[in-house]
Amino acid sequence: MTFQGLLGDALFLLVLTLAAVPVGRYLYRVFEGQPTFLDRVMGKLEHGIFRLAGIDPEQGMDWRAYAVAFLLSNLVMAVLVYLILMFQQDLPLNPAHLGPVAPTTVFNTVASFITNTNWQVYSPEQTLSDLSEFALEFLQFTTPAAGIVVAIAFVRGFVAGRQDLGNYYRDLVRALTRIFLPITFVAAIVLIALGVPDSLSGPAIAHSITGATQVIARAPVAGFEAIKQLGTNGGGIFNVNSAHPFENPGPLTNLIEEFLMALLPMALVFTFGHYIKNRRQAWIIYGVTMTLFVVLLLIAYSSEAAGNPIVHRLLGVTGPNWEGKETRFGISGSTLFATLTTAFTTGAVNTMHDSLMPLGGFVALFQMMLNTVFGGAGAGLLNILMFVVISVFVTGLMVGRTPELFGKKIEVREVMAATAAMLVHPFIVLGATALALATAAGRAGIFNPAYHGLSEVVYAFASPAANNGSAFAGLGAASPFYAISTGIVMLLGRYISMLLMLYIAGSLLSKKTVPASTGTLRTDTWTFGWIYLGIVLIVGALTFFPVLALGPIAEQLAMLAGKVF
Amino acid sequence: MTLSIWRNVRLAVTLFVILGLAYSLVLVGIGQVIFPSQAQGSLIVRHGRIIGSSLIGQNFSGPGYFHGRPSATVNAVTGKPDPYNADNSSGSNLGPTNPALLAEIKGNIAAQRGQVSGPMPGNLVESSASGLDPEITLQAALMQVPAVSRQTGIPEATLRRLVAKEAEGPLLGLYGPWRVNVLELNLALRQIERR
Repeated sequence: MTFQGLLGDALFLLVLTLAAVPVGRYLYRVFEGQPTFLDRVMGKLEHGIFRLAGIDPEQGMDWRAYAVAFLLSNLVMAVLVYLILMFQQDLPLNPAHLGPVAPTTVFNTVASFITNTNWQVYSPEQTLSDLSEFALEFLQFTTPAAGIVVAIAFVRGFVAGRQDLGNYYRDLVRALTRIFLPITFVAAIVLIALGVPDSLSGPAIAHSITGATQVIARAPVAGFEAIKQLGTNGGGIFNVNSAHPFENPGPLTNLIEEFLMALLPMALVFTFGHYIKNRRQAWIIYGVTMTLFVVLLLIAYSSEAAGNPIVHRLLGVTGPNWEGKETRFGISGSTLFATLTTAFTTGAVNTMHDSLMPLGGFVALFQMMLNTVFGGAGAGLLNILMFVVISVFVTGLMVGRTPELFGKKIEVREVMAATAAMLVHPFIVLGATALALATAAGRAGIFNPAYHGLSEVVYAFASPAANNGSAFAGLGAASPFYAISTGIVMLLGRYISMLLMLYIAGSLLSKKTVPASTGTLRTDTWTFGWIYLGIVLIVGALTFFPVLALGPIAEQLAMLAGKVF
Repeated sequence: MTLSIWRNVRLAVTLFVILGLAYSLVLVGIGQVIFPSQAQGSLIVRHGRIIGSSLIGQNFSGPGYFHGRPSATVNAVTGKPDPYNADNSSGSNLGPTNPALLAEIKGNIAAQRGQVSGPMPGNLVESSASGLDPEITLQAALMQVPAVSRQTGIPEATLRRLVAKEAEGPLLGLYGPWRVNVLELNLALRQIERR
């Protein structure tokens, strides 16, 4: 670790926070229909969309209607993109003349992009036409927007005096026109200026001064890159994602991309504070989550900076772990990105996670298992609040007070639904891992030996379940076994908990707001904040500890003992 | 329900046209007009011929050139090693306790032994993430100066000045290491040789 690297990380997190606070307030204004400076232009677009779709955006929805609209719109969008991918060879915008895509790959890819996961079992420059990329880009807009509006609907369940959760379509279109389109549009132009290509010309053929010929794949990268990050999507337009010099040409684009991926999930914590009229509560959630993030970042950074002791000792190589890293980002720029992308469950990578040191890989894996270190756009806030509900219940039991949260009584129904939502994640990650390890098809995909091979498999289900999308990419994820199993895990990981959370919101909405009394357990205190963090860690650590011990922790100990496999 | 499905189909198509097509095509258009060079991939063109892209590394591993980072890219059809294949980016994905990693680094060290003076910097023998890393650290470039000087007959002092001229420092003094673009460095080297 260098002082320069640490200072860079600190400055980045400071700027990010300073931006997230006003953006959080702006999101509140957007979803509560207050005027914004973009209304004059975007209002027209919004009206046009509703007229073309024939949708009345003013009708309030209860939780059921909201959930049905969410599911139905997702289903229809998935089918549309499925058709485009299945028939890309017969459709326009295919300058590299790429052929048909394997059906299991299409299934996995549609499941992946409709769930905001962007797990990729294909090599984009070798597989997808420009039109197919545009279809995925469309989902990169709509799925984080859908995630955010479900989170907003959930939060509305706490607002006193509300009769409904809002209108799904209105929320969705406002998120797209007031947040996603304007920010990505500006960001994409900045990225082009900084060297990110945006071209439909197909590959360039270069003739090197050494006499070699180099085919340089090109694509409409900049627009894709902007929404990939802002929407915590993470799906790259090149195989190596943001490690590719065209996706991420230098330290400045790296900072911009890191900023974009973290902005909305962090801002949503503050949006939540505005909804419940308690900004202190938002700062406490921010504070404990940021503390956890910083601790994990330091673990990752220090282990990557220390380098691989086996390589040092046996081969006499000096310095940090450069395997799977790009020179322009350096060690700090690589580890900050890796830690952010798994905390904010984006899944973009600028370094190859399979080649991270064991503890670097541990941090990535652990954050996806917790799924609450800010988390993805919308999904992250939902997971945080799910744990807040459980924490309120647990502390209520400890001190013998009625569990209340922001004026609403938390009762059996809510606690049961929140617990079920919480258990889905470990269940699908560990269940699918067990299945993969028990079958020849699952074991056949493993690339690295011993403990690291186990980490590869766990990662391959933790990442889809958390809708992250980054990978220990050595794993043969394109095999039918992994394409189908990870596809199912993504769908379960996204929809079950979101539906349960909407159910809780509906239940809360029907309850009267009770004024706080001396009998109320206050949640906007640091004491509660640390208890919340403790519960997140205990649940995360207890369910996942055995597999972490056998994977990255065992590998770290073996590495320190100088053992290779 | 049917009505609601039909409305969702219309919504999905409308949004696809706006977010998938219009957004992308407008940006492509803007890029081509305002930043044509960047938008087309920062291509380096000499005498009407594309030499490469200043952002994409090329395979410099022979004598008379500064060497870049090891690349783990393969041929997409045969799966055989094909360093700096810019049509199929890839890292090695080798884990830290995999003996294959040690074997790979060992091979890279053997290839660089005559090129580097002093202890071997990891940057020059451990594969990049993309397989297309255009840069090496400044230190890794300077350590190659004596060998390149021997191979080309250009004095070491001249080469050091050249490396220093091509070197780029950290953004704001904080982000990214001191580093050198290998393709541009070798192009500059060629210029000196010509004179």
